[in-house]
Amino acid sequence: MILTVAGLSFRYNGLKILEEVEFRVNRHEILAILGPNGVGKTTLLRCINTLLRPQAGRILLDDQDLLSLGRDEVARLLAYVPQRGETGPILAFDAILLGRRPHIGWDVRREDIQKVQAIIDQLHIGHLALRPINSMSGGELQKVLIARALVQEPGLLLLDEPTSSLDLKNQVEILAFLRMIVRAHSLTAILTMHDINQAIRFADRFLFLKEGMVYAAGTREIITPELIREVYGLPVTIAEVNGMPVVVPGLEYLHPPETSLPAE
Amino acid sequence: MHLDVNTLHEPEEYLRYIRRKGLFLIGAGLVLVLLFLVALAIGSSFIPLPEVIAAFLSPSGEHISTIVLNIRLPRVLSAVIAGAGLAAAGVVMQSVLRNPLSSPYTLGVSHAAAFGAAFAITVLGAGSISHLISDSMVVRNPCLVTICAFFGAMLATAGLLLVAKYRSSRPEVMILVGVAFAALFTAVTTFLQYFSSADQIAAIVFWTFGDVGRSTWSDLLLMMAIVLPSLGYFFFTRWDYNAIDAGDETAHTLGVNVERVRTLAMLLSSLITAVVVSFLGIIGFIGLVSPHMMRRVVGCDQRYLLPASCIAGAILLLGADMVARLIIAPAVLPVGVLTAFLGAPLFLYLLIGRNVA
Repeated sequence: MILTVAGLSFRYNGLKILEEVEFRVNRHEILAILGPNGVGKTTLLRCINTLLRPQAGRILLDDQDLLSLGRDEVARLLAYVPQRGETGPILAFDAILLGRRPHIGWDVRREDIQKVQAIIDQLHIGHLALRPINSMSGGELQKVLIARALVQEPGLLLLDEPTSSLDLKNQVEILAFLRMIVRAHSLTAILTMHDINQAIRFADRFLFLKEGMVYAAGTREIITPELIREVYGLPVTIAEVNGMPVVVPGLEYLHPPETSLPAE
Repeated sequence: MHLDVNTLHEPEEYLRYIRRKGLFLIGAGLVLVLLFLVALAIGSSFIPLPEVIAAFLSPSGEHISTIVLNIRLPRVLSAVIAGAGLAAAGVVMQSVLRNPLSSPYTLGVSHAAAFGAAFAITVLGAGSISHLISDSMVVRNPCLVTICAFFGAMLATAGLLLVAKYRSSRPEVMILVGVAFAALFTAVTTFLQYFSSADQIAAIVFWTFGDVGRSTWSDLLLMMAIVLPSLGYFFFTRWDYNAIDAGDETAHTLGVNVERVRTLAMLLSSLITAVVVSFLGIIGFIGLVSPHMMRRVVGCDQRYLLPASCIAGAILLLGADMVARLIIAPAVLPVGVLTAFLGAPLFLYLLIGRNVA
């Protein structure tokens, strides 16, 4: 599905959070929303999943305006993986089955259970299926939550900081896993991220937010030291390792001469 | 996105797990039916089970039939309906407020309903005492008492929802608000009592001892008319509570109107509490104990927790009432006195075994 966001503005208590945000993501693509803390990344995601209602703008999935659809219709089109899900002592299988809620009428059908099993097989998480999710590690839980989102059979997948609180191996695993899913099922995915380097490796498109506005959007080519400095307020150099650009923060920033301790 | 299913690979182990839970529900249901029949059999005169069943199958005007159908059945059915209703109210409140200590009693909703009823009895003159029988409260105008009890319960519910929405729904906050409400409504009820006649005070005091033996057939029908559809609604929306248990944000993206489900659940829980309290008086802790017991057995999945808690609540209240009828026989203890004793061990248990939350 193609997601087009046009002229999206969101205010909270009169405070401008997002202004005139515009971008587009194609099928098969992962878009990474980047920018410093508090710039509105999560707010943008919550506008797209219709949890928040923007004051202006349109959010089109193919040619359907998400803001004019009912909750159940939206739930059948997009799935959302929050940064922290609440974790009670329920089995992973039941937690994933919950993703079928938008499709469930009076009760679970055999087909719903089979679909849960299908996604568990695809993600190779059979060993987790009968374990309570509150006993899982961050990486395991994240896989279960992604499985729940996928069993919703969405066209658009939204993930809020899917790699925060994960160790390096789990970060790479989850992101590689997402890219595989997005390609295999022709999904469109949007995720917010802090780690630019992981984003560069796994995302196809990038959206840099600054002060609630789109500062830059595009493919990997747009990422330059100047852009990073403008968005994050930090001088960087971009090196190349194994053909991948790697953003390295300028160390001089950490010890600027003018803030050296004054002599007593 | 479309997921292709592999019909050859069934999740055998999960299906067995689900089947076990289903079997547990059936078993618990059978226990309830058995207890129901036993409750009809015992009393001041013992009626053998076959005769109890016969009284059902062919109701006649005979002595046994009269005892079973007109004296014991309303009492026993009241216990079942009230127990199931209070337990369901507890489960649902615990889910939508995301707080393991929620129940009509601990959140002060019962006390608020009691205040409403006391208000109706004293100020609006809806009830008075009759000295003819030992269990001597007669509500002259049950509809008015129920309506006032309901408004009392609503008042507390609105307060709770406002605090949860604008301050915090953390367990300790909600329970303190509940304590505050219970104290407030008890205080106002005391205030009303000071200005009441001796008869009215007696009426209020007798009335607050929760007793399932009090309801007449017409009370019972009204209670059923409110409790049963509410249970149906709760069961119909069981997936929504599962979704809310997973977090408001997740629930929203699963198509659940969180605000509406939460408000409706609280309103219906309060309505159940109000109708039970106004006909039977305050019956504490059933709504708290049953869900906690069942969570241990069937887990947190509302598909099973909700019906299991209802059955457990019914069994608990029915069993408690049977004990209350036998413990100082031939006199009958109001069951509310007995269930009040359930609270202390439960709170201690929750405190010591903190992993429940």
